[in-house]
Amino acid sequence: MNAQHQPTGSAYFMTAETARPETHTLSVLVDNEPGVLARVIGLFSGRGYNIESLTVSETEHEAHLSRITIVTTATPNVLEQIKSQLERIVPVHRVVDLTVRSAELGHDKPLERELALIKVAGSGENRVEALRLADAFRAQVIDANTEHFIFEITGRVSKIEQFISIMRPLGLVEICRTGIAAMNRGSQGM
Amino acid sequence: MAGKQMEMTGAEMVLQALKDNGVEHIFGYPGGAVLPIYDELHQQEDIEHILVRHEQGAGHMAEGYARSTGKPGVVLVTSGPGATNVVTALQDALMDSIPLVCLTGQVPTSLIGSDAFQECDTVGITRPCTKHNWLVKDVNQLSRIIHEAFRIATTGRPGPVVVDIPKDVQFATGIYTPPSPVIEQKSYQPKVSGDLDKIRAAIELMATAKRPIIYSGGGVINSGREASQLLRELVELTGFPITSTLMGLGAYPASGKNWMGMLGMHGTYEANMAMHDCDVMVCIGARFDDRITGRLDAFSPNSKKIHIDIDPSSINKIVRTDIGILGDVGHVLEDMVRLWRASKKTDHSQLADWWTRIAKWKARNSLAYPVNNDVIMPQYAIQRLYELTKDRDTFITTEVGQHQMWAAQFYGFEEPNRWMTSGGLGTMGYGFPAAIGVQVAHRDSLVIDIAGDASIQMCIQELSCAVQYELPVKIFILNNQYMGMVRQWQQLLHGNRLSHSYTESMPDFVKLAEAYGATGIRCDKPADLDDAITRMVETKGPVIFDCRVAALANCFPMIPSGKAHNDMLLPDEASDEAVANAIDAKGRALV
Repeated sequence: MNAQHQPTGSAYFMTAETARPETHTLSVLVDNEPGVLARVIGLFSGRGYNIESLTVSETEHEAHLSRITIVTTATPNVLEQIKSQLERIVPVHRVVDLTVRSAELGHDKPLERELALIKVAGSGENRVEALRLADAFRAQVIDANTEHFIFEITGRVSKIEQFISIMRPLGLVEICRTGIAAMNRGSQGM
Repeated sequence: MAGKQMEMTGAEMVLQALKDNGVEHIFGYPGGAVLPIYDELHQQEDIEHILVRHEQGAGHMAEGYARSTGKPGVVLVTSGPGATNVVTALQDALMDSIPLVCLTGQVPTSLIGSDAFQECDTVGITRPCTKHNWLVKDVNQLSRIIHEAFRIATTGRPGPVVVDIPKDVQFATGIYTPPSPVIEQKSYQPKVSGDLDKIRAAIELMATAKRPIIYSGGGVINSGREASQLLRELVELTGFPITSTLMGLGAYPASGKNWMGMLGMHGTYEANMAMHDCDVMVCIGARFDDRITGRLDAFSPNSKKIHIDIDPSSINKIVRTDIGILGDVGHVLEDMVRLWRASKKTDHSQLADWWTRIAKWKARNSLAYPVNNDVIMPQYAIQRLYELTKDRDTFITTEVGQHQMWAAQFYGFEEPNRWMTSGGLGTMGYGFPAAIGVQVAHRDSLVIDIAGDASIQMCIQELSCAVQYELPVKIFILNNQYMGMVRQWQQLLHGNRLSHSYTESMPDFVKLAEAYGATGIRCDKPADLDDAITRMVETKGPVIFDCRVAALANCFPMIPSGKAHNDMLLPDEASDEAVANAIDAKGRALV
């Protein structure tokens, strides 16, 4: 007997989820007012949705609008729910599923970039190697002394992940990442 | 005065804003952080304040007031415990889409975050249980925010809002701006009119249906009396059978010829069977709650589904719909009625076979219960209450449990806004304060809280409030000394081990009523019941009616958990053994 066909022995009927989860990037345009971020992330935690990456900043100062970029993984039904639930939040102006939109525009996926600061300490051969690799990855040195470097690197998430894993054996001390900023290609706005 | 700016204190603004938004009654409890507002209340006569005995009561009273009038209910409480006590009512209103405006006092802005006396993070605590909330830090924003609060609470899918007002903002002087017909807010713009192409598609689908059903919900009531009228017209025009959720009772009259009774876990056999076997389902202002659908993968497997809802997140949330129409039920129904009329389709003969099948299911008489001349059966008590009060101007509220389901099954509602019950949250303690709220709005009507002996004790303190304001609410307790619904589930799921569902020490409800200055009536014989109910109805003040009913009666029919609509447990099959085996060993092992 399939697990989902068994009575659950509770006041609730529960089914096993069979649909495949997908990762989508959402852009959410909100009024920049106190508590608005808490409303958005409270919705995710309260309803059991995932947040894989989150970035927020005021983008239109005059209109007090902030743009929140959220990367989430869920089944197609839940992704539709997330969008509808976000749209219910009073200070939310617009929610665009950039992943869906980019497919509509005929693209593979939206443009996604992340910035990371990476501190590496060491000496001798490791230090030279770190600097050489940073150059290959087009990472910039933004601080250094004889014992360390801080690199600034920008790019796709995969590039940053790769750079971090390469730095790990070379004396990685500290990482700070911004989370993903995303936008679709072409002349149209969100 | 309109359009002219006026200088006043924050506390004066609160009163002015309430008046400008048409408020006549508020439910509240004073405390340190709202004293400036209470001082203003004291110096005016336009708004009547009802002093509750516990802030939860204020919240439920406002809910009853709102649900029976269609107007927003208003609550005023202090900071800290005042605010936290009202949280249950806020969540209740959120789940049942009841418009509430709750004003909370807050410690002065300079003390926020310092763990001051009676401080709590009210906007943080109430964020997930309100539609929206605000902390007002600038007195010049106060009037705009209160007007916005009323707009958000009452438009779109209605719901509760909280405006948290620090004490220094109540004292501060600023500029009052009256409500403006021009809406400044850009983000929140609920859509009321449905997409006409989709409505046309729905009408076409409905016109071809051979086994249709209308499944309506609380959204019809929330949309206003017009919506209920339009629903009745649509049923008349189409000849479709109609069932309703718990929240939607009264939108279509129980005496209507197409009425099949409530659906869902304790709905009628015919309603659930028709839901399961239909070919077109028209869901109007309901949300496919888990108490309605039963087992989801077997829910109405062969039907096309039309769903009308004002909340986009309700559509496709639980059940995938074929035609989802986003809009206010009243507006969409108006279009549907107009389009159906235009199609000039008056022949209902293609539904004849369907009605024959429904008649067979109906003949199963799924609400039957054993007649007993010695002990009052709870179902009989509700039936007699209905017969003896139906010709009056009656409003019914309930608490939560078996009595609630029996009330839904056996009390016939002919009109919307006459039935107040906690559906989504299932709040024991809701019914009595809700009844007080109804009575405040309808002083001369008969308002009855159908209660259980356990639920009534959750907000019994409000009897003091009912006596103070001479609100003649009748509490009709189906007293079986058990938390009946809990016991029923223990019998079904937990081997009849009745863990803590029996109340060994029960107050003497007659003496309790007398202690509060109300009237107590007790009845334990079926033969005495009619006279006792008549006496209750004719008593001028509040009454507690202690109706001693059969202790072990259970609520049937029932869809046991994990079962589909066509797999109901009917009363005549519900032997002790059948009840014990309704959920098999595998199911129990999973608990």
